[in-house]
Amino acid sequence: MGKKVTLDADGVYYKQLNEQIRDAIRNGAEEIELLNVRGQRYIGNAIDKPVKFLVHGVPGQDMAAFMRGAFIRVEGNAQDGVGNTMDDGEIEINGMAGDVLGYAMRGGRILVKQDVGYRVGIHMKAYMDKAPIIVAGGKAGDFLGEYMAGGAIILLGMDSTMPENAPITGRSLGTGMHGGVMYIRGEVPEYQLGPGLSFHPLEEEDMAFIRTHVEAWAKAFGKDAEEAMKGTFRKVKPFSKRPYGNMYVGTN
Amino acid sequence: MLFKPISQNFNDFVIDRDKERCINCEVCVRQCSYEAHFWDDARQCVMHDNTKCVGCHRCEALCPTGCLTIKKNPADFRDNALWTPTYMKHIYKQGDTGGILLSGMGSPSAKPIYWDNLQLDASQVTNPSIDPLREPMELRTYLGSKPDKVEVEETPEGPRLKTKIGPQIKLEYPMMFSAMSFGSINFNLHKAMAMAATELGIVYNTGEGGLHPTLYKYGANTIVQVASGRFGVHKDYLNAGAAIEIKVGQGAKPGIGGHLPGEKIDEEVSKTRMVPVGSDAISPAPHHDIYSIEDLLQLIYALKEATEYRVPVSVKIAAVHNAPAIASGIVRAGADIVVLDGFRGGTGAAPTMIRDNVGIPVELALAQVDNRLRDEGIRNWASLVVAGGTRCSADVIKAIALGADAVYIATSALVAVGCTLCGRCYTGKCPWGIATNEARLKKRQNPEIAAKRLTNLVKAWGHEIQEMLGGMGLNSIESLRGNRDKLRGIGLNEVELDILGVKHAGR
Ligand code: SF4
Ligand code: SF4
Ligand code: SF4
Repeated sequence: MGKKVTLDADGVYYKQLNEQIRDAIRNGAEEIELLNVRGQRYIGNAIDKPVKFLVHGVPGQDMAAFMRGAFIRVEGNAQDGVGNTMDDGEIEINGMAGDVLGYAMRGGRILVKQDVGYRVGIHMKAYMDKAPIIVAGGKAGDFLGEYMAGGAIILLGMDSTMPENAPITGRSLGTGMHGGVMYIRGEVPEYQLGPGLSFHPLEEEDMAFIRTHVEAWAKAFGKDAEEAMKGTFRKVKPFSKRPYGNMYVGTN
Repeated sequence: MLFKPISQNFNDFVIDRDKERCINCEVCVRQCSYEAHFWDDARQCVMHDNTKCVGCHRCEALCPTGCLTIKKNPADFRDNALWTPTYMKHIYKQGDTGGILLSGMGSPSAKPIYWDNLQLDASQVTNPSIDPLREPMELRTYLGSKPDKVEVEETPEGPRLKTKIGPQIKLEYPMMFSAMSFGSINFNLHKAMAMAATELGIVYNTGEGGLHPTLYKYGANTIVQVASGRFGVHKDYLNAGAAIEIKVGQGAKPGIGGHLPGEKIDEEVSKTRMVPVGSDAISPAPHHDIYSIEDLLQLIYALKEATEYRVPVSVKIAAVHNAPAIASGIVRAGADIVVLDGFRGGTGAAPTMIRDNVGIPVELALAQVDNRLRDEGIRNWASLVVAGGTRCSADVIKAIALGADAVYIATSALVAVGCTLCGRCYTGKCPWGIATNEARLKKRQNPEIAAKRLTNLVKAWGHEIQEMLGGMGLNSIESLRGNRDKLRGIGLNEVELDILGVKHAGR
């Protein structure tokens, strides 16, 4: 059993809170429970130890930015920028998350119980054995997976706070995508796709991959994985590793 | 050749080979990466194809008998002040391909260069000039946020600074090597910049392509850049340098992102950028986590948190119309350094129309940003750096007199190692071994020799700056900063003088 530390974030400014967190880790904390978190930014920022965080409340912007290898569970919603340029680790958000989740994320996994905001998963990239994964149980806003260069996004469209008839994803889905893959459960009109993209049939490996991560999502939030697997998934992948390769003519 | 595209009819250069002196050694064949020279089996001699020549002068420089001359193609179109050959050739190319015109290097367009319209002062009789060979002459510069006031306390050991001063970059010369990513230029030059910066006591900027593992040891003389693609950006990278720079914009291509073509992504570049070999490395136009000054603040502080407030954070923007208001926002968002990059700044690749038509001269932007920050009383909160088309030490010293704390140089650094401004950096075939990652080409740059040349350049400029300072009766660069009374304009109208905040010569 590792050393556990509990910090009360009530009325503590983010700078001090994050200092306390870093100090705790320097002193050997392996589990950190944060109480009364109300919008404090940068929790878990650049933490590169396998620390387990349990966050009660709503963490502020850029939670887990540049994080490498920690685990964060949020009991509540999260604000914008979760997992910004994150290198590795695991995040569970037992609620909704805001915009730009997983921007330029390079590794690790983010599980969100419900909806995510706009510009989610932009420029995620895979490298060597690292492949970032986002699973969201609800719906997503515009620009999902734009400029995506690697990794995977799974959007379930099941557990949503949005109206029933609201689309599962917004416009410009995957614009400029040049790597990685998106799986979207349910109906997505073709016009929502970015230029040049199309839906692809799912192979067996795709289903196995989806199952692994949907099961993790279901386990994290007490959901039924089989229920989720019943739906039909649509696969979006880039048409080229070099979508803009032929657009130019050289001059001086 | 009936179906030759029109654009190939009108080559820019002709290769003049003096057959008398040519010994058919084929050096030119090996040196030209564009295959303009070739061995002609039928004629048993070296021949050439003018249409392939980009005018880089590599073959000419290396030909052992000196029998090559690369000339502009004398074949000319009928004179037309509107339809210059450049525009016609652009259209031929676009008619052939339907492509967006792409260029390398900074804009060659003939637009005003205000440095050339500014003259420096010198002391005569009163306030005599200082001889830098005899007297100490301070060029040392600190970049970073300065406090509104300083408090000093008396201690038994003497006076001590009570005010806590934020992190600073210490420079022995008011110059830095500007961002050129590993990938756009190769490892040998990155290493050369790192070595030269260390030797000189200045810093170089990694650009947005990450930092090669073997260059971490030069960290104290490195600025690590974070751009929209976030290539190679992680905790160790952020903590490796003396500062972090957020690249919002680039002078050569304001408003658009970057795009390193898959051809340039080899094993080493891939490792450093952390993207697969051969796949394009695309930097989106904006940082998608920055849509406002408030968002910028968020990223600045995310970086400060990630480095535990140990290093200054710089924000680089292209010099555009509203630069003063934007710069004010950047400073208020917590940046310790603001960089203004003018439209003459270099690039590995930029759409030609954007390079030549977007952005404003950095001299004007600099003067106005400095004014604005002074008017708002926040000039000390951040240092001001200019970049883009600084060709000589006089440009540097004029920039400082206009209000800059330091100057970024990049094109001049490349010229120092052999670049001939051929403007084809985007092909990845730079015959001078600079903007290329091809093994046989990049070995044309030896890191030690290149480092020596870069060191020579900065030292030479440093000496010249000291002499000019001495001539003005100043013994430290600090006394010149924003001291526009040391400048006079020539050939400028009243609006230009007003914007620059300088008097006309004679006043
Ligand atoms: S390098 Fe000079 S001498 Fe040798 S083949 Fe070429 S032109 Fe002739
Ligand atoms: S080396 Fe350069 S100058 Fe010589 S022919 Fe080739 S492109 Fe032209
Ligand atoms: S770096 Fe190379 S390709 Fe680019 S302008 Fe200079 S010589 Fe030409």
